[in-house]
Amino acid sequence: MIPVLLIAIPLLSGLVGFFIKNGDNAKKWSLFISLATLAVSVYGLTLDKASAALHFEAEWIPSLGSKFSVALDGMSQILSLLTAISFPIIFIATYNKEYKTPGKFYALMLLSQAGLIGVFVSVDALLFYFFWELALIPVYFLSSIWGGEKRIQATFKFFIYTFVGSLLMLVGIIYLYAHTADHSFSLQSFYKLKSAISGKDQSWLFWLFFIAFAIKMPIFPFHTWQPDTYEQSPTAVTMVLSGVMVKMGLFGLIRWLAPVIPGGTWLWGDTASALCIIGMIYASLSAIQQDDLKRLVAYSSIAHIGLMCLAVFATTETGLQGVMIQMFNHGINIIALWIVVELIERQLGTRKISELGGLAQKAPSLAILLVIVSLANVALPLTNAFVGEFLMFSGIYTSTATTYNVVFTVTAGISIILSAVYMLNMIQKVFFGNTNALTENAKDIKWNEKAILAVIVIMIVVVGVFPQPALELTKTTVHAILEKMNYK
Amino acid sequence: MSKLVYLVPLFPFIGFLLNGLLRKKLSKSLISIIGCGTVLASFVVSLLIFFEVKDPSFQTVVINLFDFINVGSLKIPFSFQVDQLSILFLLIITGVGFLIHLYSTSYMHDEENQHFARYFAYLNLFVFSMLILILGSNYVIMFVGWEGVGLCSYLLIGYWFKNIEYGNAAKKAFIMNRIGDLGFLIAVFWMISKFGSVNFAEVFSKAPTTSVGVLTGITLLLFVGATGKSAQIPLYTWLPDAMAGPTPVSALIHAATMVTAGIYMIARSNIMYTLAPTTQTVVAIVGLATAIFAASIALKQNDIKKVLAYSTVSQLGYMFLGLGVGAYTGAVFHVMTHAFFKALLFLGAGSVIHAMHEQDIRKMGGLKKFMPITHITFLLACLAIAGIPPFSGFFSKDEILAAAYEKNPIYYVVGVFTALMTAFYMFRLYATTFLGKFRGTSDQEHHLHESPSAITIPLVILAVLAVTAGFLGIPEVFAKDSHWLQHFLSPIFEASTKIQEVHPANAGMELTLMAISVGVAIIGVIYAWSKFSKDPDLQDASGFGKVLANKWYVDELYDAIILKPLNAFGKFLNNVVEKNVIDWMVNGIGRAVQYSSRQIRLLQSGQVGGYVLLMVIGIVILFLVEIFIKK
Repeated sequence: MIPVLLIAIPLLSGLVGFFIKNGDNAKKWSLFISLATLAVSVYGLTLDKASAALHFEAEWIPSLGSKFSVALDGMSQILSLLTAISFPIIFIATYNKEYKTPGKFYALMLLSQAGLIGVFVSVDALLFYFFWELALIPVYFLSSIWGGEKRIQATFKFFIYTFVGSLLMLVGIIYLYAHTADHSFSLQSFYKLKSAISGKDQSWLFWLFFIAFAIKMPIFPFHTWQPDTYEQSPTAVTMVLSGVMVKMGLFGLIRWLAPVIPGGTWLWGDTASALCIIGMIYASLSAIQQDDLKRLVAYSSIAHIGLMCLAVFATTETGLQGVMIQMFNHGINIIALWIVVELIERQLGTRKISELGGLAQKAPSLAILLVIVSLANVALPLTNAFVGEFLMFSGIYTSTATTYNVVFTVTAGISIILSAVYMLNMIQKVFFGNTNALTENAKDIKWNEKAILAVIVIMIVVVGVFPQPALELTKTTVHAILEKMNYK
Repeated sequence: MSKLVYLVPLFPFIGFLLNGLLRKKLSKSLISIIGCGTVLASFVVSLLIFFEVKDPSFQTVVINLFDFINVGSLKIPFSFQVDQLSILFLLIITGVGFLIHLYSTSYMHDEENQHFARYFAYLNLFVFSMLILILGSNYVIMFVGWEGVGLCSYLLIGYWFKNIEYGNAAKKAFIMNRIGDLGFLIAVFWMISKFGSVNFAEVFSKAPTTSVGVLTGITLLLFVGATGKSAQIPLYTWLPDAMAGPTPVSALIHAATMVTAGIYMIARSNIMYTLAPTTQTVVAIVGLATAIFAASIALKQNDIKKVLAYSTVSQLGYMFLGLGVGAYTGAVFHVMTHAFFKALLFLGAGSVIHAMHEQDIRKMGGLKKFMPITHITFLLACLAIAGIPPFSGFFSKDEILAAAYEKNPIYYVVGVFTALMTAFYMFRLYATTFLGKFRGTSDQEHHLHESPSAITIPLVILAVLAVTAGFLGIPEVFAKDSHWLQHFLSPIFEASTKIQEVHPANAGMELTLMAISVGVAIIGVIYAWSKFSKDPDLQDASGFGKVLANKWYVDELYDAIILKPLNAFGKFLNNVVEKNVIDWMVNGIGRAVQYSSRQIRLLQSGQVGGYVLLMVIGIVILFLVEIFIKK
């Protein structure tokens, strides 16, 4: 019942939200709902893995062999937890911001949350596809209605990109469905397919799915929608996009591609890995050049996601465990970065690094919190991201799925150095040095903003020092997926 | 007692939290008490543990605090190791660390309250990280401390954050260290894949049965890490820039402790290095090259801290030479004596800067009569670093040079030549600063005074140590079994000692070598004294001297061959590739979509939704045809 609640609570209350006219009420309503969802998600963590409450199945479209089938395994739990944590954080951090037609804004946010959780818990391919689109459509509206000046252009690009991806995936899903023995969309039936599909078909099927997921993550060269969309979307939406939504791509890769089409994954692993690495270096070098804070964070995210994708293809336990924990960490950390960007922009009206400077004197709390978050972004030990990066790199190095493991590790490792370059550049130029006319009168952040960033910092440190419970959570999932991936 | 070793890093960590979180509420005296008290407490605990470890029957103790990362067969505990090597470093770090904290209470007193607290919070965090680095019983925990000290170094170099140049120096330090850290990390991954573990005990026990090629690779990569942290060629250029930080920070982090982390790491991994002779040769040559190269630059620097910075780089080079020729005890010995005399030199320099508000030695001179304690302690430290017996530097340097001679006489010759330069530039520094006539302004002269006792007490204590510490390692040639340190550390280097060929020491030869190096050092001292004590030549360097004064233009070289091209490449990617290639392709798809929509516009309403619907339906139909009818 838990997964159903996780979807139903935001879905139904989102629909209710459309009728709320008062902005304040809409804020309170959505914050309350997101906290309730979080409570349910946390309750789910306390249950035994075999508990019946973590599964639900009902008839949906029997004529097509599709069921409303949802389940929470370790990976679904950590990702729905990420979703459930992210939304209240986003609502609190942007609480002081006013939107036009706030009822609709918050309603769409809740709908996208429902869609996201749906994606993470579905174990039926058609249902998965349904939620995939459900998560996307509200975000499309959110960006195109409440976005920046070039929003139409940016969201059009975003829409075309992701829609092409979705279509390719749909084609793949239908093809797989047609080959199942029992004409079913269920994940289990898909898992049984791998021996039924020839190597040649696995080869092109891989690309149908991979391009869909690669666009979502995004992986080079399918990434150009991302900096534009992140830049143009309202920051709350950017947080959803980058913190949670990009995980849909990774999730799809891990759940619906690698174990379902292991032959194709194995065949094209090196090619996909090479794309990931090119993207990591490319995005890191681009990040160094950015003057807009949002674009800097966007490119930094492309580099980090590239590493996660690379680690999936390594097909090792350490690598995949690293990806699991990093999906969570990346979400938390990037949301924190967006919060900082939002606070700066709201107060000073600019995101241009070249126009800022000396903020540490005026806003010391913001500076300290940002430095800690940035350190997590460069994966300093005892922050959460170190655990993920260490495990992923270790998994890539020890991989037997490729003969280029050492080359991959070393070239991808360069991004470790480059990440320090762009993050420290940013800290230096925005916070250190002397104030200028613009930053002269800057003020430190308010207590609710301080509190929410402090909560994130605590999460960063706690997961960084005691990552073991999170690793235990996803262990069984990782074993199951690796077992299916190791088929040759 | 050794079970309580977790207290040693815990105290400074608490100090960091208190001073960091309550920085706006605490008074300066309370901040000082927290900052110094926590480190003193760590020192006391370390001392108690030391008495336990000193016992000959002591066995290495590993304390598992909790499981850090357990994935599959990879088990990385958060655990500490107490043995002779770690306790020695613990004592140096907490001991010298405490003195420098004490010194800082006076040196930093003019800072605003909350920045004063911030300073001590960073300093405590540094001590904490350094202790983690030393105590970790596996390479990952060591790496935790390794990057932690790098962070603190970054924060403290950029402590005066309003100054953009200081910020750039801090950034440079962090990034150059990261380059080295990547090498360290890859070595760790290699160990994981080869040994299935990162724990010292397991790695070292499996090392002897591992192929030399693998060990050479791992040790070289670890050494790359060491060149970053311990400022060796080619990653040394951050250290002189790091002098932007407050002087006590230079003393603690950039002289006595952090920069010796690379030496600690190799000493800790000694068995792997002993089994990989190629790496040893590389370490020795890089160390020696750094020693002579940095010493040559120090000859022509005029900033009191820059001279000391290059001197540190050079002395670290000596230590690596020691490691490279298998004189592990000698290297660790030099770490210890260097910690005393170099911290003393930096603190002395700080005392001078504090009084003069000036760092250029050309504008000093004659400080002897104004600052007697600073003067005498500085002189003792100079004698120690120059290698004049019986001061501490003589013993430790001599041990390294003797071992270098055993390995290859050329090492010895270059080492001795470096010793000559060392003696020369140190006494050039000493004479220009303290002897001769005062060359500052009359205003400066009016305010000149000896520093307060919070500054002079650490100077005196360190001077005593710098003078006497050498007696912990009296060469065997003088008296049998007199080398206490060698005896104490023997369990750590036992396995390596067994493998290394032991040449029976030729007493006559050893004494000759010793005499040569002492003679050379004395020549350097006398020459510098004669040249700079009365009427120093203060002209700007010209000719080859100019090359030295400009540090062989290495920064400019790195800028031209690495930074500029990388930046240009980034710009190219961003402005050309992204916009004109990738976006163009994507927009091509967009144009295609728009083109087809124009064609179908006559049939359709023109709404995106309509197209979407049609596309989905079309594809579904196609597939249904493919699947059901073709069958």
